[in-house]
Amino acid sequence: MNSLITPALLAASGETVLLRLGGVDYLILAIYFAFVLGIGWVLRKHLKTSADFFESGRSLPAWVCALGFIGANLGAQEVIGMAASGAKYGIATSHFYWIGAIPAMVFVGVFMMPFYYGSRARSVPEYLKLRFDEKTRAFNALSFAVMTVFSSGISMHALALLLNSITGLDYNLCIVVSSLIVLIYIYTGGLTSAIYNEVLQFFLIVLGLLPLVLLGLQDIGGWHGLMAQLQKFSEAQGMPGAWSHSWKYMGSAKANPMGVEWFGLIMGLGFVLSFGYWCTDFLVVQRAMAAKDMGAARRTPLLAAVPKMLFPALVILPGMLAIGLGQRGGGFHVPVGANGAPDYNMVVPAMLAQYFPSGMLGIGLTALMASFMSGMAGNVTAFNTVFTYDLYHSYVKKDSTDAHLVKVGKVTTVVGLILSILCAYTARKFDNIMDMLQLVFGFVNAPLFAIFLLGMFWRRTTGHGAFFGLLLGTVSAMVFHGLTLPIGETNGIKGGWLGGAHWFFTSSMAQNFWMAIFAFVGCFVGTAIISLATAPNKTDDQLRGLVYSLTEKIRDHDTPWYARPAVIGVVVLVAVAILNVIFW
Amino acid sequence: MHLDVRIPLGLLFLILGLILVAYGFTSDPAIYAQHSLGRNVNLFWGSIFAAFGVVVLIISRRGKA
Repeated sequence: MNSLITPALLAASGETVLLRLGGVDYLILAIYFAFVLGIGWVLRKHLKTSADFFESGRSLPAWVCALGFIGANLGAQEVIGMAASGAKYGIATSHFYWIGAIPAMVFVGVFMMPFYYGSRARSVPEYLKLRFDEKTRAFNALSFAVMTVFSSGISMHALALLLNSITGLDYNLCIVVSSLIVLIYIYTGGLTSAIYNEVLQFFLIVLGLLPLVLLGLQDIGGWHGLMAQLQKFSEAQGMPGAWSHSWKYMGSAKANPMGVEWFGLIMGLGFVLSFGYWCTDFLVVQRAMAAKDMGAARRTPLLAAVPKMLFPALVILPGMLAIGLGQRGGGFHVPVGANGAPDYNMVVPAMLAQYFPSGMLGIGLTALMASFMSGMAGNVTAFNTVFTYDLYHSYVKKDSTDAHLVKVGKVTTVVGLILSILCAYTARKFDNIMDMLQLVFGFVNAPLFAIFLLGMFWRRTTGHGAFFGLLLGTVSAMVFHGLTLPIGETNGIKGGWLGGAHWFFTSSMAQNFWMAIFAFVGCFVGTAIISLATAPNKTDDQLRGLVYSLTEKIRDHDTPWYARPAVIGVVVLVAVAILNVIFW
Repeated sequence: MHLDVRIPLGLLFLILGLILVAYGFTSDPAIYAQHSLGRNVNLFWGSIFAAFGVVVLIISRRGKA
């Protein structure tokens, strides 16, 4: 879900120029940049306290937060990566939305947001401190800070590489320009500026890429034309029908191109990974915590779920269209990489080159830029908040004044971006380091949801239980990875490094899902046992507002029925169930 | 609220839409035959951009009143 760009994109070569930009395209790009910077400029006057800078003064309406909530996640891995997966796996890619993101977004809005927003916490690590103890917070804050810097660096690198390879723009120039723009608008306007820009980015990406889908669909002869081509394609791949159904071929890992089966899919992706990301990752949770009141904070992820469930039509469909059009022949070809294999990460740029003339091409490119920059900015704003509140204010200078914290936040923004640039150049030199880091983050993140679930709904969970449970979960993930391997891979970074693999999976995705399940169970059981064996470290009074049974239930009788979180949540779940059935 | 996000949002789409429409009128029709199945996608989608921008701006004015 939060996975970074795949190495194939990183390896894209910069030899041929795919897109020829005209004057009008540069004009469009320039106007967009002017707006992005202008928002920060206008907002700078209103930025006074640290709460303004890091939390938008908790003043934003739900719909703005909701668009920021998906906008921050609508990074490059979504636009480029989901189209790539759409080409590789077909409709089944929608599992990342319909079984992955949506149920988790409903859960965080209905059940978890009352504790995040209602507690005095300003960040997710701070919640962990209030609920558990200092060491659990430090562990989460540190791993999160490192991860955000690397994610932002990778996003920057992928953007520069992509632009360089499709337009011939200089790599260094892309890095400098994109990081300067992000720096300026966060430095001047803080989180509000980042969220406002995410709103712009959201609409640009949606309205900028929609005509691509419409033109592609018209070219292939509508939905039925696409299905007919995909049928032919899937037959040629030896998996008839697998590209046009989401669930039908999930009975066995060998019957679908993802190489996963339904249990690993539902538990690994649907439960552990998705809930872990959407419910605990401060990058997205921060957007909801910026809302103006509890109702707005709870509605943020729920409102975000509505466009999110329709996103497959925008980001997955281009990949499926590319496969269908390539299968039909004549005109469009699926891009091929330097090694002769299909380069699915180039599917969106290739579609842009095919269907967008100058003018719309500028819009399409701006949408791509917007998606990369929102990914960077989301990470940077989460990083500066966690660093300032959870590391600096907690361990370096506890008696900081508010004005001092704003200053630290601004300096951290600069430092965070400089570190991201260093990561981008490291990624350019050593692909393997990035794979390695991604793997380590996977170990740390996979079990995380277990301690939130236990902490929020079981008052007996203790600080020692959470901390050592988390370590146990991380170790479970490592051991699992060290003993398993996807079929056809060699022992090493793909697994099997603990003296050779003992269990094999059809795909690395299946291995990843099962690793998450193991890590979660290890952490859950470990936390529960250690909690029972250790004395509670917080009194009931201290846990009020942090744990379900000790928190007064929110009465939303004053809210009109259609605005109640539970009602919206049920509507969203019913709608997503219907989508699953339609595309079964 | 300090700045209504709908104002920059509406303005951006209105301006981009107008540029696309203007370019749609003046550009060589051959580029549409080559790329967008013969449709003047700049003119068409530019109007949609501009209309979206106007609607957002109107909503933001109403919100204030």
